[in-house]
Amino acid sequence: MSAQTTTPVGAAASPAASPAARPGAGRTGRWLALASRHRVALTLAFLVVFPWIAPYQALAANILVLGLYALGFNLLFGYTGLLSFGHAAFLGGGAYGSGIAIVHYGLHPVLALVAGTLLATLIAVAMGALAIRTRGIYFAMTTLALSMCVYYAFYQAESFTGGENGLRGINVPSLSLPGFRLDLLNPTVKYYAVLAVVGLAVWLFSRLLSSPFGAALEAIRENENRAQACGYDVRRMKLVAFVISGALCGLAGALQAIHLSIVPIETMHYSTSGQAVMMALLGGMGTFFGPFVGAATFSLLQDGLTTLTSHWQLFVGAIFIAFVLFLPLGIWGEVLARLRRAGW
Amino acid sequence: MVSGIPVPRAPVAAPPILSAQGLGKAFGKFRALSGVTVDFPEGGITAIIGPNGAGKSTFFNLISGAVPPSEGRVLFRGRDITGLPPHRFARMGIAKSFQITNVFPHLTVRENVRVAAQARNVRVPLFRDRSAFPELTERAEALLGAVGLGHRLDRLARELAHGEQRALEIAVALAAEPSLLLLDEPTAGMSPEETRAMMDLVQRLAETCTLILVEHKMKLVMGLCRRLVVLHQGQLLAEGTPDDIRAHPEVRRVYLGKSA
Repeated sequence: MSAQTTTPVGAAASPAASPAARPGAGRTGRWLALASRHRVALTLAFLVVFPWIAPYQALAANILVLGLYALGFNLLFGYTGLLSFGHAAFLGGGAYGSGIAIVHYGLHPVLALVAGTLLATLIAVAMGALAIRTRGIYFAMTTLALSMCVYYAFYQAESFTGGENGLRGINVPSLSLPGFRLDLLNPTVKYYAVLAVVGLAVWLFSRLLSSPFGAALEAIRENENRAQACGYDVRRMKLVAFVISGALCGLAGALQAIHLSIVPIETMHYSTSGQAVMMALLGGMGTFFGPFVGAATFSLLQDGLTTLTSHWQLFVGAIFIAFVLFLPLGIWGEVLARLRRAGW
Repeated sequence: MVSGIPVPRAPVAAPPILSAQGLGKAFGKFRALSGVTVDFPEGGITAIIGPNGAGKSTFFNLISGAVPPSEGRVLFRGRDITGLPPHRFARMGIAKSFQITNVFPHLTVRENVRVAAQARNVRVPLFRDRSAFPELTERAEALLGAVGLGHRLDRLARELAHGEQRALEIAVALAAEPSLLLLDEPTAGMSPEETRAMMDLVQRLAETCTLILVEHKMKLVMGLCRRLVVLHQGQLLAEGTPDDIRAHPEVRRVYLGKSA
């Protein structure tokens, strides 16, 4: 029908109609759809065997925690389309919250995780309420400025946070739960204890993404004005996404404090916010598994390069720029795109 | 035809569905629109026409809630809705399509309409699965069939041809079951075939809800709309039936004179 049409005005109309352009068609598409349905199980299966392929187990636990940090960040960046430069405030808030609960109040580690997550959530409510009034680069700058305010507040509260020296002495040698006791000095046990918490968060995250709320967030990312014209209260939904993202990053921080038994003040520094952006982009923004790939890549690069040179950040920066220029989908995003294109 | 679309109302002398009362908008010192008072009757199609720069798009943005007016009020079924945020307009049953194609480019065609249908609910559950609401998917597919996109459900929106994207946008707007649909130049940039298909669609839609559309090409709308509102240099020049407008001396001078 469209063969004999001469379209003077809508000339741009025809090329998109080429057949078989739909990505994810065929057998690859079916496998990817299946994998996507079982994304939580597959992610957890990988994380269960991960310590046995990582160079050493303490690094594996680092990557796990950073992966959760990048996952929380990705909810806002990859799925809602909001670029925040202030997520260090949530990682740090969670870390200080749980660290202070243990050091100053002797709370049970599980309660300390809750305390850390709550503190990060509160910070996220305050920061989010102010930041979502702005868009684009102004949003990024507002979150950056607010996170620096939080940084200085924690820096100044030396009696609580240890100020410049960081919060030290978060000693959790063992975890006693009803019925059994876990020896956290054993790195393998510690890894799987952290994984239990991260696994729960990953499951919740997946539920959130496949919910109607997750669908609405994607609509906001795709076209904010259209979403609003459809009847979505875009501001409120952005705030909810911001707070959930902050809470997930706070949980990551709370785990990190217990894992490292120290909270360095740099946890809250804006370079840590930049690290979240880097991990999300290295792994693949808006992909489910990407944040863990990004966290692993970043940590392995850091680990490998620091043994070679003290200027490791220079090389990480160069690699990051190369990714932005040549692999904008990130490692995992590129893998998925290639599988889709392969289409056998 | 499509289930769920409001039942057509009898075109009796009902109170207006939408009224503009002394609407005006100034951008700095430039007055794009001033003192426009028009009632839009319920049912059928009303077209807003006028030459370039007449203030059509500004007027559209004011009555669709995209931009707050500098003066005047907008009433929907007698209720003052001036200055309400855009999502509240949508919740009340006012849907719109934009002049520039405005869909969710990286979502599938089906998901575009499904997510729009979902927006009707005030509460958006955080932890229930999307698949727990099959009626939304069914509704999306029925609407897409009605606008002629039933064979494109699994495509990404950005892969569609221009005319198809406009049709998709109308399905997105209809998903919320509006009683009033506002269309800003629905045939802009379309080929003659696409334009004809779009006008057919517009005509069919008018059987089920009230339509107000902005159109640059007067000839297109003369045949199908019940009423016309003519804007010129930011002011209301005339309103009435197509016959009234054709006979109106001022309109003939500023508008028809050029294109005839």
